[in-house]
Amino acid sequence: MTLWLLNILQASLLIGLAPLTVAALRKMKAILQNRRGPGLLQVYRDLAKLFCKEPILPQGASWIFRLTPYVVFAATALACAIVPVVLTKTPLSAAADVITLVGLFALARFFTALGAMDTGTAFGGMGASREMTFAALAEPAMLMGVFVLSMAAESTNLSTMIHTMHMSHLGLRPSLAFALTALLLVAIAETGRIPVDNPSTHLELTMIHEAMILEYSGRYLALIEWANQMKLLLFATLLINLFSPWGIAEEISGSALLIALGTWAVKLLLLLGMLALLETSMAKMRIFRLPEYLGLAFLVAILGMLTHYILEGPT
Amino acid sequence: MISSEFLRQLSSLAAALFLLTAFSLLAQRHMRAFLGWFAVQGILLAATSALVAFSTGIYELYVSAFLALILKGFLMPWLLWRIVIQLGVNREVEPLINIFPTMLIAATLVLFAYYVSLPIQKTTLVMTRNIIAIGLACVLIGMLIMITRRKAITQVVGYLAMENALFFTATAATHGMPLVVEIGIAFDVLIAALIFGLFFFQIRETFDSLDLRHLEDKS
Repeated sequence: MTLWLLNILQASLLIGLAPLTVAALRKMKAILQNRRGPGLLQVYRDLAKLFCKEPILPQGASWIFRLTPYVVFAATALACAIVPVVLTKTPLSAAADVITLVGLFALARFFTALGAMDTGTAFGGMGASREMTFAALAEPAMLMGVFVLSMAAESTNLSTMIHTMHMSHLGLRPSLAFALTALLLVAIAETGRIPVDNPSTHLELTMIHEAMILEYSGRYLALIEWANQMKLLLFATLLINLFSPWGIAEEISGSALLIALGTWAVKLLLLLGMLALLETSMAKMRIFRLPEYLGLAFLVAILGMLTHYILEGPT
Repeated sequence: MISSEFLRQLSSLAAALFLLTAFSLLAQRHMRAFLGWFAVQGILLAATSALVAFSTGIYELYVSAFLALILKGFLMPWLLWRIVIQLGVNREVEPLINIFPTMLIAATLVLFAYYVSLPIQKTTLVMTRNIIAIGLACVLIGMLIMITRRKAITQVVGYLAMENALFFTATAATHGMPLVVEIGIAFDVLIAALIFGLFFFQIRETFDSLDLRHLEDKS
C-alpha cells in the first residue's frame, strides 16, 4: 500500500515539477546569454492562463483534434508513473518495462500527428510528416541504446536495470558509454531541444513540433505544453537514474528517500546546466542533416551493442 | 597495485575507443576533422602501447609507444594537413557512397570480423582474446575508407588507418613485435607518407585534380 502511495507521489512529483524544470532551464540559458529571463514561476502562470482561456477550435476539426491533448497528456503522465525517480522498486515500474515506455511516447506522438493532420492545414501536415519521419529514426536508436543497458543488466525492467546499475560493480564498460551517448543524442531529438528543433521559435521553415500544435489554443494547448515539459523531465530522470543511480533509495525509509530526492535534484540541475550550455553554444542544425544525426545515434547504439558482445562477453 | 582485472577492462576500453575512432574517421565530412581524428587514433595507439608495456613489463614497448605518439599522433597528420593546404584542394572529403550507408556497412564489417576471429580467439591469451576481432574490424574499416573515398589524400589516410589497426592488434594481442621490426615499420610508414606526398603533387600536375577517377579514365 505504501509502495503504491509512494509511486503516485513520485509520479505527481514529476508531473508537478515538470514546468519548473523548463523554467530552470530557461533561466540558466538567460543567465548564460546575459539576460535576466522570466521568473521561475512564469511557466506556471502561463499554464494557468491557458487553462482559463476559452479554446478555439478550427473549422472542420473532428473529435480526434479534441481528444489528442488528453491522450498526449495521459500517455506522458503514465510514463511518469513508470519511471523510478527516488525509489527503485515501485509497483508500476515493476509492471511495465522500458519497451512500454517507448510505446507510450509513440502513442503520444501518433496522436499529436493525427491531431495536426486533422485540421487539414498545410503546417500541421508538414509538421506531422516531419515528426513521423524523424520518429522512425529516433525510436530504433532509443530502443537500441536501452537494449545495450538491458543486456548488461539482463532485464528490460526499469527497476531491475536501475537496481543492477546501482548495486553491482559492472566496472569499466565501454558499451555503457556508447549507450549513454546514443541516449543523450536521442533525448535531445525527442524533447526537441536546440541542435534538432528550436523550442522558442515559430519560424516556419525549421519547426517540427511547434508546427503540429499550431492550431491548438486554451486548455488543449496547456495540456500539450505541459506534456512536453514532462517529457523533458522524464528523459532527464531516465538518463540520470539509468547511468548514475547513486543515492537512489532501495528501501522505504524517510532518510533514504530524502537523500535520494536531494541527489536527484542536484544531478538534474547539473544535467540541465549542461543542456543550457549546449543550447547556448550551438546553432540549430539544418533539417536535412537530422537523419544523419539520428543515424549517428543509432550507430553509436549499435557500436555499444557490438562492444558489449565482443569485448564484454563471458570470458 | 592495480589488479589484472582492471587492466583487462582498460585494454577493452582502449579497444572500444579504437573502434570509435575508426567509425569517426568514416563519419567525417571535412578534411580537417578527418585528419584530427587520424591524430587521435595515433595518440590512442600510443596510449595502448604504453598500457600494454605497463601491464606486461616489456619496457621496449614504451619506445614503440613514444614513436607512435610522435609519428602517428603528430607528425603525419601535420604533414598531411600541410599537403592539403599546399595543394589547395577542396577541403571536403567527397565520399562515393553516402556517409550513413557506409557506416552501416562498417557495422556489418565489425560483425563479420567478430565471426571470422571466433576460432582464433580460442587459442590466444584470455586478456586480449577479444581485441583481435576489434583490430580486424578496424583493418576492414580502413579498407572501406580507401574504397569509398574519392580523393587521393583520404585514400592514404585510409591506408595509414589500416596500418594503425594492424599495429594495434599486434601490440594488444601478442605484446608487440620485436623492437627492431617496430622501429623499421614506423619509419617505413613515415617514408611512405612522404612519398605519397610527392605522388599527390605529381597526380595534380598531370590531371589538375586529386580526384582518382581521372586515373581510371586516361588510358
